[in-house]
Amino acid sequence: MSEGSEARDAVGDYKAGWHDPENSTIRFDFGLSEKVVRDISQIKNEPEWMTEIRVKAYRHFVERPMPTWGNTEELMEIDFDKVCYFLKSSEGIGSSWDDVPEDIRNTFDRLGIPEAEQKWLSGVTTQYESETVYHSIREDLEKQGVIFLDMDSGLREHEDIVKKYFGSVIPYSDNKFSALNTAVWSGGSFIYVPKGVHVEMPVQAYFRINAKNMGQFERTLIIADEGSSIHYVEGCTAPTYSTDSLHSAVVELLALPGAHIRYTTVQNWSNNVYNLVTKRGVAHENAKIEWVDGNIGSKLTMKYPAVILKGEGSHAEVISVAYAGSGQHQDAGAKVHHMASNTTSNILSKSISKDGGRGSYRGMAKVMPKAENCRMNIVCDALILDEESRTDTYPTMEIANSTAHCEHEASVSKVGDEQLFYLMSRGHTEAEALGMIVNGFFEPFTRELPMEYAVELNKLMSLEMEGSIG
Amino acid sequence: MSNDDEAILEVKGLKVGIEDTPILKGIDLRIPKGEIHAIMGRNGSGKTTTANVIMGHPAYDIEEGEILLDGENLQEMEPWERSRQGVFLSFQYPQSIPGLQVGNFLRKSVSSVRGEEAARGSDFRVKLNQAMEELDIPKSFLSRYVNDGFSGGEKKRFEILQLMLLQPRLAVLDETDSGLDIDGIRTVAKGINSVVKGTENGALIITHYSRILEHVNPDRVHVMIGGKIVASGGPSLAILLEDNGYDWLEEQIAKGADFQ
Ligand SMILES: Nc1ncnc2c1ncn2[C@@H]1O[C@H](COP(=O)(O)OP(=O)(O)O)[C@@H](O)[C@H]1O
Ligand SMILES: [Mg+2]
Repeated sequence: MSEGSEARDAVGDYKAGWHDPENSTIRFDFGLSEKVVRDISQIKNEPEWMTEIRVKAYRHFVERPMPTWGNTEELMEIDFDKVCYFLKSSEGIGSSWDDVPEDIRNTFDRLGIPEAEQKWLSGVTTQYESETVYHSIREDLEKQGVIFLDMDSGLREHEDIVKKYFGSVIPYSDNKFSALNTAVWSGGSFIYVPKGVHVEMPVQAYFRINAKNMGQFERTLIIADEGSSIHYVEGCTAPTYSTDSLHSAVVELLALPGAHIRYTTVQNWSNNVYNLVTKRGVAHENAKIEWVDGNIGSKLTMKYPAVILKGEGSHAEVISVAYAGSGQHQDAGAKVHHMASNTTSNILSKSISKDGGRGSYRGMAKVMPKAENCRMNIVCDALILDEESRTDTYPTMEIANSTAHCEHEASVSKVGDEQLFYLMSRGHTEAEALGMIVNGFFEPFTRELPMEYAVELNKLMSLEMEGSIG
Repeated sequence: MSNDDEAILEVKGLKVGIEDTPILKGIDLRIPKGEIHAIMGRNGSGKTTTANVIMGHPAYDIEEGEILLDGENLQEMEPWERSRQGVFLSFQYPQSIPGLQVGNFLRKSVSSVRGEEAARGSDFRVKLNQAMEELDIPKSFLSRYVNDGFSGGEKKRFEILQLMLLQPRLAVLDETDSGLDIDGIRTVAKGINSVVKGTENGALIITHYSRILEHVNPDRVHVMIGGKIVASGGPSLAILLEDNGYDWLEEQIAKGADFQ
């Protein structure tokens, strides 16, 4: 996402909306069947047990009805027969950018990935359609025993670990889309951080959909062993097409005692992508899991990063922001389950709706009967920029222990004319003024991002504000 | 009126309403280069409206009259264009912008109003530090959010900090003294003087009280009642008013006294 790439080939306001010609090496026909599921597993040369899970998950997916919440109308519009479930664009995974096919390399160049890698990352993995095309990790981390692989390689090289944890946090039967993902998953990241190892700089994954009507189903599993820490950052973009694509990931995190995982997402899919993602982490004793989740793009996002506070003294932090512009519905939120005593959680949700966009907060906070002295704090703020736009909150709390301390605050605000006038009187155009207000509103999120992402996000939001001012 | 081109601000026959309610009923005001003028008036007399209209607030309807800055009609200009043209308004009630950092905002504003060059590098930082020192504003202020949780006094100092950095042609200060203690008023007055005194810039100071005027020595004082300027005079008018009150002034005018 370098400065230069912005200027080139912008498609509407969305700067990552160009696409490359498709040069696939394997492309499945549209549609899903048990054969498709088995074929994916076979191409990947997977062990029998994985094929079995896939098939079970597929059967569950077929039987499982669509969710009855979120945006049921739009969910019904998804035509699972018009999705390509597997598309391979590159033979093997490059460990140097020179090994990556040129057109794909150019794409990631334009998105600024190699540049970021050199400057501030511990490792990078990039996925193009169904498979990982580039992968690197800093040598010193490898020497310390940190495993950072794409999920397919993870399964091949560390089958025992994968078998132990795969689906342990999010079983395929969790929901319709976790079933779908388990059936057809491909790519994603596999990370293991050994005891006591602190990965100082973030590792980054970048997901790119290029083809039309593509389905991307990456699967990520991160295990932070006792007392270790890691910060994982993911970004995603896709071309703007008039037909829809489907992104349905599953992300499982395990923070073992005293470990700390921070998982940051800046989701900027184009407005033709359904983004239906299940993310959940389990925090053991005194562990900490943070979801820093930004949803700017997509047509419909349904995503509620969750933390199971399983061990005493564990902590969950969820910061979730969403921007819903024209034709977008961001149904985002958070889930926290306090299973153990003295566990704490903070949820901050912020949404902006504009030009008829719709932002919803959907939250679930539970305290189990045996969990003593838990504290939770939930804050939901919505900012509505015009009359056509909409915001809703659906908070659910189930508190089964009377020692729990819960706070919940919600606010809806509009951009005031006086605020705009104040900023305009300081030489800022109306669009700039709106950009300042909006970026300020998202600041509690942006300040948690690596600097480069924060700068990009601010630029992105400022551009979004320019579109609408008459 | 002589020599139009020598005035910074010229307001001629200004009639302003909001949703069919007349507020300003014919205002004439002329601020020559390098002069400081004051407008005094009770609550609701139309002072803030005057300030807002000069800055280009979109809520008001200009029914008649015009506003000229250095002889140029501001009528068609947006607030941000006026700002770049050299108008500055210190707000009676500055707005808070949560999440927008003061330091960042100041740099952006200077860049918008005075050009990128002025906002760049050490020159900007030196000026910023100087101004903050003069106004007794601590460094930590820069990482706070614009007017968010500021005390009344902090808000007013912040307005003056912006004034000092933006170096406007015309500074309009709407009750910048209200809510400040004596030290605060003195500090704020120092800031105003540094921008106007000894320059060709001008200022319009809106106030309830004559206190701030003791520190900035206006060239002329105007009294606004019911959307009109009913009296104008030298600095002594402010003192006369402070001693005797608005009712007295109205009586005098009713009796036929001429304070123009
Ligand atoms: N935005 C507004 N909408 C309706 N009435 C207004 C508005 N602004 C000012 N007024 C009215 O105009 C009159 C003058 O107000 P204002 O200019 O704020 O006076 P001052 O600053 O001298 O106290 C008051 O009667 C006030 O109620
Ligand atoms: Mg007022």
